[in-house]
Amino acid sequence: MDVMPKWAEVILVPLISLLLAAILSALVILGIGEDPVAAVKLMVTGALGSTYGWGYTLYYATNFIFTGLAVSIAFHARLFNIGGEGQAMLGGLGVAIACLYIPWPHWSMALVGAAVMAGLFGAVWAAIPAWLQAKRGSHIVITTIMFNFIAAALLNYVLVNLMRPKGSMDPATARFPEAVNLPTLHDILAPFGIAFSKSAPANVSFLVAIAACFVLWVLIWRTRLGYEIRAYGHSESAAKYAGISPFKIIMITMIISGALAGMMAINNVMGEAERLVLNSTEGAGFIGIAVALMGRSHPLGVFISAILFGFLYQGGAELALWTTIPRELIVVIQALVILFTGALDNMVRMPLERIFLALRKRNAKAAEGSK
Amino acid sequence: MSADKILGQPEAAVPFAEPAIELKGISKAFGPVQANKDISIRVMPGTIHGIIGENGAGKSTLMSILYGFYKADKGEIFISGKKTDIPDSQAAIAAGIGMVFQHFKLVENFTVLENIILGAEDGWKLKPSLAKARRSLVELAEDYGLNVDPDALIQDIGVGMQQRVEILKALYRQADILILDEPTGVLTPAEADQLFLILGRLRSEGKTIILITHKLREIMETTDTVSVMRRGEMTATVKTSETSPAELAELMVGRKVLLRVDKEPSAPGDVILDVKGLRVIDDKGVERLRGIDLQVRAGEILGIAGVAGNGQSELLEVLGGYEDGTGEVTVNGQNLDLTGKYSDGKSRRARGIAHVPEDRQREGLIMDFHAWENTAFGYHDDPGYRSGVLMNNNAIREDTTEKMARFDVRPPDPKLEAKNFSGGNQQKIVLAREIERNPDLLLIGQPTRGVDIGAIEFIHQQIVALRDQGKAILLVSVELEEILALSDRIAVMFDGRVMGERTPADTNEKELGLLMAGITDTDVPHSVAEIEANLAHVTGDASKEV
Repeated sequence: MDVMPKWAEVILVPLISLLLAAILSALVILGIGEDPVAAVKLMVTGALGSTYGWGYTLYYATNFIFTGLAVSIAFHARLFNIGGEGQAMLGGLGVAIACLYIPWPHWSMALVGAAVMAGLFGAVWAAIPAWLQAKRGSHIVITTIMFNFIAAALLNYVLVNLMRPKGSMDPATARFPEAVNLPTLHDILAPFGIAFSKSAPANVSFLVAIAACFVLWVLIWRTRLGYEIRAYGHSESAAKYAGISPFKIIMITMIISGALAGMMAINNVMGEAERLVLNSTEGAGFIGIAVALMGRSHPLGVFISAILFGFLYQGGAELALWTTIPRELIVVIQALVILFTGALDNMVRMPLERIFLALRKRNAKAAEGSK
Repeated sequence: MSADKILGQPEAAVPFAEPAIELKGISKAFGPVQANKDISIRVMPGTIHGIIGENGAGKSTLMSILYGFYKADKGEIFISGKKTDIPDSQAAIAAGIGMVFQHFKLVENFTVLENIILGAEDGWKLKPSLAKARRSLVELAEDYGLNVDPDALIQDIGVGMQQRVEILKALYRQADILILDEPTGVLTPAEADQLFLILGRLRSEGKTIILITHKLREIMETTDTVSVMRRGEMTATVKTSETSPAELAELMVGRKVLLRVDKEPSAPGDVILDVKGLRVIDDKGVERLRGIDLQVRAGEILGIAGVAGNGQSELLEVLGGYEDGTGEVTVNGQNLDLTGKYSDGKSRRARGIAHVPEDRQREGLIMDFHAWENTAFGYHDDPGYRSGVLMNNNAIREDTTEKMARFDVRPPDPKLEAKNFSGGNQQKIVLAREIERNPDLLLIGQPTRGVDIGAIEFIHQQIVALRDQGKAILLVSVELEEILALSDRIAVMFDGRVMGERTPADTNEKELGLLMAGITDTDVPHSVAEIEANLAHVTGDASKEV
């Protein structure tokens, strides 16, 4: 029997957690001698007050949706994929190869081709730790972390020695041809008469990310594969009894996870930078863990928390730009959000459960009394 | 306290003595669940008091309160007439209470002596403590007949010996009151008898013993008084000599219970399962099955008796497809793949083998899944559960609703998670799933472990009904009574081998008990001492390989 109604579980608990995080953040801002109200105002107007702000918020959110989904699907099989960062880097490499060496006639085909390449590269990068886990028992947390470093080193090597245009001092690829430039939200919304900021980086990948949320939801909750993944995640011994192969589940889940993380590159590499640079992922792979935790590994939850983190990212950049509040503070705020929504979940949940229980008891008594 | 009340308890060692333990109005709730409701008992010193009740009746909660694991919401505890607060287990030990848990709390790679002083060392130097413990161990052995080798490693001694160590641990801590929680669950009948001899001796030395069990026979044979618990309440406290198993069962369940299984003689047909020379070697290289030969025919129940850990689990696992084995197994005359590509649960189900695993919580069910998701578990490839590439969740839910109705699963809510059902209802969900597939062969392990008496009756009826439909059933159970009641033939396993086959009509618990201890027909021991020596020897051997 659930103690709390579902709406309280899904909405009230995270909302209160967020509120607590916000209060504590406000205290921290107060502590460094700034005005928290002004800071919040600045964050909100900076991130949500203009289409420019929205453009950045949604751009960041797109990254976080992909990496958040990647972590989520792995969570369902009780695998902790910390390698989203490295898989996204490799995805970037796949995108760069697809965009630079294949003459695409139209951006839409290029998008499909680049997404496939990104997914493939990310999947391969995740498949190696998966195989090591499934066959050799090497812990996937350790191996995926290590593969982040290997990915960074590999990317460094490839950019400096192989893909850097002759004569360039910058460890980055050449700019992608114009034909593969993705339409931004400005381009997409203009035909509908909606004026969206031209300089904001949010692009068509955002729609791909939304589609990915839906596809993943179907996969997890409506297909046999998703059923087997969840079964394996809940109980390996039961999965064995049912005839679900752990090897198969670990491999497939991590391949899907890696592909999703890799596909982030269609947003940041293809959509925004339009070339592959060093450190293009900017930690989005790690933010994905927080997004998945806060979103309770549910695609809809991931979507919402990705938007929230997008807001925090963009709002934080605005704060750093216009006030003396250091950019690092935004990391503090993010950390508080993660702390309250992820780690301290029970701190909010338990008292709430008690309140609901007391309410129910009182209602039951009232019902008895009225008889 | 009036004198006539006390005189009403003639088994008290000393007249007018205070009760060793008195609980007054103990209540404890976990969230909405009232685990203990206003419970009062008095246990006189020098008696054995049984507490009996179904799973989830609140026995363990009550004992956990007495041992300081939980704090009662209401109520008082008196030890030897003195009101005592027991906030933690240290306080319980100080009050003279010792607890022997169902699952022993011993350090496997420590010696007996080291285990006994663990947590009760005097000072920072080990040697004096060990020497003191060694001395008192000798005394305890003399006083109560509790002989153990103080220098043996726990992992090298048998389960019965390990239990003695637990009792010694409590006595070394000067316990006057011993609580034993389901002490015979892991013992052979002979080991259980030894335990009861020891308990009798402890009682005659003035110790007070509380025995928690769900086995009526043990209550009848060993206790002086017995309390029955049902749904968190104490329904009755009676003198054992003045009650009967049937009355106790009725008090436990709240209605009349059939203690026997009604069944017609079997009409065995063709051989369905034929096992020849089946061997299993586990991950550690230990041979768990050492050449098993057995047959199960259509329309019969073959019961596998044996103490837990003698290869029965491996037998079910290899037949169920998730353990590798060698040898020859045929089902309906066709070979079964024991190691290769078709050695998994899915392939087994396709061959008409259904499996109710021994541990429903670890294997049979996914506790966080809804009942309907669990009904599809293992059969989720079924065409009836599909619509195109997607799963047809509505069809599964409808099917689950029907199955729940037929198997009387309560509450009949397919959307409830498995963990929210009681043990008996969880087992019914698994049974419904497996039996309703109409298998040729049903593998069923510990069908009624942790299941309340009311549900046991129902589950047994279902198994017999399946047999009467002409299906082959391989039943594994550590409950000898269950084996005797259900089986048409009984095979006894010991140390990875089948020690012998009997029919229930021409055997008894004693003979089966000897077979379970590895004593075959050919080497009939001559004296009790020899049997005991043999017993200690074989159980020691068996546990060494664990």
